[in-house]
Amino acid sequence: MGEATAEPFETEPSAEVPEVELYHATSWWTKYVFSQDAKIIAIQYSVTALAAGFVALVLSWLMRLQLGFPDSLSIIDPPQYYQYITMHGMIMVVYLLTALLLGGFGNYLIPLMVGARDMVFPYLNMLSYWTYLLAVLVLLASFFVPGGPTGAGWTLYPPQAILAGTPGQEAGIILMLVSLMIFIIGFTMGGLNYVVTVLQGRARGMTMMRLPLTVWGIFTASVMALLAFPALFVGAVMLLLDRLLGTSFFMPAIVVMGQHQNYSGGSPILFQHMFWFFGHPEVYIVALPAFGIVSDLISTHARRNIFGYRMMVWAIVIIGFLSFVVWAHHMYVSGMHPYFGFFFATTTLIIAVPTALKVYNWVLTLWRGDIHLTVPMLFALGFIVTFVNGGLTGLFLGNAVVDVPLSDTMFVVAHFHMVMGVAPVLVIYGAIYHWYPKVTGRMPNEMLGKFHFWVTFIGSYLVFFPLHYLGLMGVPRRYYTIGDMDAIPLSTGMLNELVSIAAFVVGFAQLVFVFNMIWSMRNGTPAGGNPWRATTLEWQTPETPPGHGNWGKDLPVVYRWAYDYSVPGAEQDFLPQNQPPVRQGTRSTEP
Amino acid sequence: MEQTAVKEHGQAQPRYGGWRGFIADWSSDQRSFKNVSWGKAMMWIFLLSDTFVFSCFLISYMTVRMSTEVPWPNPSEVFALTIGGTSVPLILIAIMTFVLISSSGTMAMAVNFAYRRDRKRSGRLMLATAALGAAFVGMQAFEWTKLIHEGVRPWENPWGAPQFGSTFFMITGFHGTHVTFGVIFLLIVARKVLRGDYDHGARGYFTSRRGQYEAVEIMGLYWHFVDLVWVFIFAFFYLW
Repeated sequence: MGEATAEPFETEPSAEVPEVELYHATSWWTKYVFSQDAKIIAIQYSVTALAAGFVALVLSWLMRLQLGFPDSLSIIDPPQYYQYITMHGMIMVVYLLTALLLGGFGNYLIPLMVGARDMVFPYLNMLSYWTYLLAVLVLLASFFVPGGPTGAGWTLYPPQAILAGTPGQEAGIILMLVSLMIFIIGFTMGGLNYVVTVLQGRARGMTMMRLPLTVWGIFTASVMALLAFPALFVGAVMLLLDRLLGTSFFMPAIVVMGQHQNYSGGSPILFQHMFWFFGHPEVYIVALPAFGIVSDLISTHARRNIFGYRMMVWAIVIIGFLSFVVWAHHMYVSGMHPYFGFFFATTTLIIAVPTALKVYNWVLTLWRGDIHLTVPMLFALGFIVTFVNGGLTGLFLGNAVVDVPLSDTMFVVAHFHMVMGVAPVLVIYGAIYHWYPKVTGRMPNEMLGKFHFWVTFIGSYLVFFPLHYLGLMGVPRRYYTIGDMDAIPLSTGMLNELVSIAAFVVGFAQLVFVFNMIWSMRNGTPAGGNPWRATTLEWQTPETPPGHGNWGKDLPVVYRWAYDYSVPGAEQDFLPQNQPPVRQGTRSTEP
Repeated sequence: MEQTAVKEHGQAQPRYGGWRGFIADWSSDQRSFKNVSWGKAMMWIFLLSDTFVFSCFLISYMTVRMSTEVPWPNPSEVFALTIGGTSVPLILIAIMTFVLISSSGTMAMAVNFAYRRDRKRSGRLMLATAALGAAFVGMQAFEWTKLIHEGVRPWENPWGAPQFGSTFFMITGFHGTHVTFGVIFLLIVARKVLRGDYDHGARGYFTSRRGQYEAVEIMGLYWHFVDLVWVFIFAFFYLW
């Protein structure tokens, strides 16, 4: 990708569209609460998502209490255990990861990185956040309704999701489905903004192939979300009708406790198809922004241009496309035709190609780089290791034949927590430490950050690595307690205790992160505009934190790609994207 | 070779055609869809997303219809009206379809007049479009009432598979909601056109952005989409 640096525009390209006037806040309320500024909306999204994530973290503690020390606690009964499982899964996947990566990072980084003043439709953007908040509140409200939240498992499979006997069947499942629908409506408003801003709102000189990979990841994920969420939306509508009106979309004729239910002729498998047509792209909706962000972290902190930029972009796009044709690999044991299994196993394994390509390129970027082991870099390196680990177990589960004995065991839990739990969360932390100086103007405390990293990284391996082994021993997932099962050796109990203790330690370590974020806001060392000496546009803003409209009077002009690090002969070892090429010596090269 | 020289504000650039043009546009800066405004791009992408919603609905409908073991009610008989003693199959749906497709015609004309800055004609044609849309929803309400009187419920009906009623109410209801929202927004845009908001760039109440006549065209995109979706619902639900 040397051409981008070698071939700058002959002259400054002129603007194709006149600037659109921004909405100017007139009061404290419109500036900080009902704000139309993408940066404020991003912080609102992030804080809300992290708060929801902490609820889910506490739920995971409660589950680990039960699994590690069964029968020693009377406060958790089986229905509650299922409610914790369900809410933990759904909150983490949708309300934390999706909202934080797209709503949080997307809102903050897209306008700044493409050189725009704001999202294209700020008002819609604001509505997106408030709709999301409503969805979170509706979901959390289900803790306080009779019967509690739904305990159907995060996949919400009918028929059990809406039948008597499943916890939360009274009201919890209704609130869950309604909350998901509200979330999707809210996300659609935001997602349209992210996509159109990247496509139509870029700065002069900013071509698609000069976008930082962070933007590519978030952009592709947003497109995917706009196409995948409709399936969940429709599934939720139909399941809600089955529950409320007694329709039989997903409900076959069924006998519960000797009683014929008023359902007949529906297809539970149909729901699984709709759920996973959303659910599998969802994995990559979470993973692709993480891929993008980690590429930028590695490149910046290893002072090395990203290896194979074009390849990285196309890998993102190809993964995005392929993820729409693999969904039924979640359904190998649901009774599909075996030929379907063959097809979906093939497509699933093909995804390993672009994914492995990305991992190689990250490693090759590090190769002979000037690696600075800063906190963001540690998290980025942790991500690569964790993601490879989770990806390799994916090869086991992606093969229909190998999957059958492993499905519904702790092996699956270990796999998806590694690949889309721990890995994206590590990137999120890395990204927060990386962009915190831009958001607040102060550096986060490095000591606390490193402590946070090591405890989180080692701790989450102590949590999830043994689960692989437990799964191979046959410990099933979603069981309240295993009891006396001859097939499962007693020693698994001790391993479960270890996992639980590690989970508590990791959970508490997150308080260090929270403390660091709050404490550093006032007491961190002032960061200056570009503490990491990064090339991308968000570090080149005239003010830090960026002011309203991001760029002061003049919009930036982009002359080069995002990865000009360790440039021979450059004054600093990097060239910001908006630094004009040194030509006839007419232009100043002052940064 | 042509130079893609950049011109001043609002002027079209020299364009390549075909694949070369496509590649040139996507490898350029600022905008990937040249000469497409933010609003129009957003509406197109939203419609793509909405296409997936309706596709999911229709595919689910086809799946349950094929997998149910109870016979499916015959749409020609169910949706027949008795007029003057004879039963005419699908007559109401035929009229509804005619009305909705006509409304696309008036909408297209409204867009045309909007770009000619002919406020009155454009606004009136939009009002006509809204009236036709409202008539469509009204006839749909009549159809629902008739079926409910005949005993069709989301969970059962007198003629066969219960999924008939479920999918009918769900899909036509969802489409009817789209039409209703369309009518509301048509009325809002028509009012702005008639008041001349787009001539003197009045600011939006919520967004404080200055409106443009392009809003009529964007509104039209949505309306034509809703119309097109109806054609599919008509074909798959009433004619199958």
